[in-house]
Amino acid sequence: MKVSVTVNGAPQEHEVEPRTLLVYYIRDVVGLTGTNIGCDTSSCGACTLLVDGESVKSCTMLAVQADGAEITTIEGLAPSESEMHPMQEAFREKHALQCGYCTPGMVMAAVSLLQEHPNPTEAEVREGLEGNLCRCTGYHNIVQAVLHAASAGSVPA
Amino acid sequence: MIPAAFDYRRAANLDEALSLLSDGGEDAKLIAGGHSLLPLMKLRLAAPSMLIDIGRLRDLSFVRDGGDHVAVGALTRHRDVEIDETLRAHAPLLSHVAGQVGDPQVRHRGTIGGSIAHGDPASDLPAACLALGASFKAVGPSGERTIEATDFFEGFLETALSPDEILTEIIIPKATGAGWSFQKFNRRAQDWAIVGVAAVRGERTGISLVNMGPTPLRATATEAALAGGATDAEAAARAAEGLDPPSDLNATPEYRVHLAQVLVRRALEEAGAA
Repeated sequence: MKVSVTVNGAPQEHEVEPRTLLVYYIRDVVGLTGTNIGCDTSSCGACTLLVDGESVKSCTMLAVQADGAEITTIEGLAPSESEMHPMQEAFREKHALQCGYCTPGMVMAAVSLLQEHPNPTEAEVREGLEGNLCRCTGYHNIVQAVLHAASAGSVPA
Repeated sequence: MIPAAFDYRRAANLDEALSLLSDGGEDAKLIAGGHSLLPLMKLRLAAPSMLIDIGRLRDLSFVRDGGDHVAVGALTRHRDVEIDETLRAHAPLLSHVAGQVGDPQVRHRGTIGGSIAHGDPASDLPAACLALGASFKAVGPSGERTIEATDFFEGFLETALSPDEILTEIIIPKATGAGWSFQKFNRRAQDWAIVGVAAVRGERTGISLVNMGPTPLRATATEAALAGGATDAEAAARAAEGLDPPSDLNATPEYRVHLAQVLVRRALEEAGAA
């Protein structure tokens, strides 16, 4: 089955099996491995990316369901090689990662969260990230980073 | 985890979906957001021979004010139910409950129709529909019919929909100004409820339970007690009467009975205070 999508602004077209999950398509076919696979059961959020601007767990979507969509992965956030996205900058500034495995998914979920709630309270950030698990339990600094990005006026992805 | 292989067809409209469904045989399944079906397929608990993707039937994604009711298209995503102003005004229980399903990523994909048609006793939205006295429109080869929510959930993951029918619309009688409450007890933020309670108290009273039996259920003994003039505490004590709640890693049946009584009391108090 043919799938045509835009990934980080670049058109992609591939023949895939219908059962191919979006995250495997992105990692193995498109070749962008920044999106991690964690639990593979739509619990942990490590595979979060944006489909038409909204956060989605890419282990729970078929690549064929994304046909025609615009997909943004962690690799597509930064405006240039030398510049980070404000959410990435905020994660660095607030030391919002330890092992880093959850980070791509956390950043993508956080970008989507700020699009829906541009000025969230701390409680709204915590609830808004309920779909993303950090096994280092580094939530405190992650929440601080999202609040920091919000106060700095994050740009949309 | 990869699902078993299947044929994939994408329906461009409702008629095409219906004809694919009748041609596909008993093993064909509809997929919309896929957030109930895909996890089962990845675990190989479901292995449909054909998936018919109805996710692009945009005509079935809507919220309409129908005068005495609000009509919600089956393809309306949880996120859209959560933020819809008409529902917030006339059926705030439903929009609140939609905002409690899973997590934001799940709510960006999952649809209300998918959740209802899946018929999972652990899901929140079927209970909200029962409490609100909803009914469901389904279309099949022989036309359209309306099924009351109370007649819809027949067994574990079994509904009154026949294999060649498609759920198209959820009809919610307006509960403008009525008191309501949703109590969801779980251990982790994004988990299913170990026990949940949806309550509406106004011109019509509806109390329903999540994860207290093989289907989404009404707390009929509590409803009858309230109608007979019982106090909230008396009515709540009867929450699990006649029910046979499941046992799993999270809870024993006895614990669920206790939770149901406590949560129904809290729900009645919160809904009654409005």
